[in-house]
Amino acid sequence: MAWEIDREKCLRCGACVSVCPELALNLKEEGVLHDADRCTSCGICGRVCPVRSITVVK
Amino acid sequence: MRAFVKDSYDVVVAGAGPGGSRTAMKLAELGHSVLLLEKRQEIGAPKRCAEGLTLTAVDIMGDIPQNCKMREIVGAKVYSPDGNSVLVHYGKHGGYCLERKQFDKWLACEASRAGATVLANSEVTDVIKEGGRVKGVKARICGEDEIEIMSSVVVAADGIESTISRKAGLDTTNSLVNVDSGFQYEMSNLHMEDPDKIILYFGNDIAPRGYVWIFPKGKDVANVGIGTALSEKSAKHYLDRFIESHPEIFKDAGIVEVNSGGIPVGGFLRDMVLDGFLAVGDAAHQVNPIHGGGLKEASVAAEIAAKVIHRALMEGDVSHDSLSEYNDLWWKERGERLKKVEKLRQVTEKLSDKDLNMLAKSLTSDVLIGLTRGSKMGTLAKVLMKNPRLIGIARHLF
Ligand SMILES: Cc1cc2nc3c(=O)[nH]c(=O)nc-3n(C[C@H](O)[C@H](O)[C@H](O)COP(=O)(O)OP(=O)(O)OC[C@H]3O[C@@H](n4cnc5c(N)ncnc54)[C@H](O)[C@@H]3O)c2cc1C
Ligand code: SF4
Ligand code: SF4
Repeated sequence: MAWEIDREKCLRCGACVSVCPELALNLKEEGVLHDADRCTSCGICGRVCPVRSITVVK
Repeated sequence: MRAFVKDSYDVVVAGAGPGGSRTAMKLAELGHSVLLLEKRQEIGAPKRCAEGLTLTAVDIMGDIPQNCKMREIVGAKVYSPDGNSVLVHYGKHGGYCLERKQFDKWLACEASRAGATVLANSEVTDVIKEGGRVKGVKARICGEDEIEIMSSVVVAADGIESTISRKAGLDTTNSLVNVDSGFQYEMSNLHMEDPDKIILYFGNDIAPRGYVWIFPKGKDVANVGIGTALSEKSAKHYLDRFIESHPEIFKDAGIVEVNSGGIPVGGFLRDMVLDGFLAVGDAAHQVNPIHGGGLKEASVAAEIAAKVIHRALMEGDVSHDSLSEYNDLWWKERGERLKKVEKLRQVTEKLSDKDLNMLAKSLTSDVLIGLTRGSKMGTLAKVLMKNPRLIGIARHLF
């Protein structure tokens, strides 16, 4: 299981945070924080991202 | 900056967007002690917005300072997929393209002038609950160590992220079908035919479910963006393709700002309150599902929230039942209409480009404006039902 973010691409908009069913994401000034313990690798966050900066591999 | 903060407040508001600042301002005006916390370093920046504000919203906001208003908008030009266009005259319902950064700061300053304590770079990190009731928040004031702040009522105005409600126990996680992906460039040196109108482009190849917009902020400066449903390609991909295919507008253009964002386009909540807690604005999905405008909605909700919280505080009863008046009033004033607009969105997303072309030819400017406000559904249904294939779809409008 892997959740990855391309920090160069990410525009820190919070769209991914809004749809994460596990509350595993948090938006900080420096970027998106990911809580691996909560994440189920469902991939929803990556699908809403307007610039596709998140990749989730099951 | 710990010295700025008391141990307890009547109301703590999380998030200083229009929803949070307006709620804080109204409650401070009514004499309550209010703390307004914004996690970002700079209120209003970077924007997640095309900055369009209709005059009906301008009326609610009061005297917007000149430096927030970039350009007056008198109407819209709406392109159907076949390249034909319909002119929509706003008449007395025009509006402005704002500078959100200035506008959001102005609203926060107004809250501060009214007596609220306003602090940027101050994240609400958690919600304190006792016996199932919300009693306050944990926060990092100006980036310092986390402290506890007690509060009779906590207002979640934390925008699209909406983590505060979820931490408090109000499930505001929006489903993927109800969130559009937004992407935008603020562009310079554009060749715009009519920089007093907003321009919208519809089509399943251009922006699945949504549209591409050009919102002028000056004669040659505009927010050029897209809101689109979940699809194979990213919102950015669709917008870049659109820009490349319109050299007549963009061939000499520059990019002065890049924005992205999620736009709630449905999923309204029947219950937006808990004991000692309520949610306003994007945090409660209060956005117009067809055009994605949320500035007016956040402001209307703030108005209602402040009225209800004031009454609840005066009565000394901030229980769920007491604050529930907010649900009733919001649904009566906005929710019922917006629910109709959500149905309209569900219908239009099923239409083919051919159907959209047909609609553009059949619907008048008044009907188009009415539809975005949750009326004129009968007129639309009649037009759709002329085509036997669309009868089933038209039924979803009611
Ligand atoms: C691309 C795009 C274009 C849009 N165009 C338009 C338009 O033209 N017209 C229109 O009317 N609407 C538009 N909208 C929608 C509009 O921007 C929002 O509806 C509006 O900003 C909602 O206001 P709000 O106060 O609810 O939330 P926001 O303005 O998002 O404010 C929420 C604030 O809370 C802060 N926050 C979050 N978490 C915390 C925390 N834990 N602690 C403290 N602070 C926190 C955030 O940093 C943010 O500043 C657009 C949206 C997008 C994405
Ligand atoms: S993959 Fe699913 S659970 Fe993990 S962060 Fe993304 S949305 Fe949340
Ligand atoms: S949706 Fe994409 S761009 Fe926006 S914060 Fe999440 S990862 Fe970054």
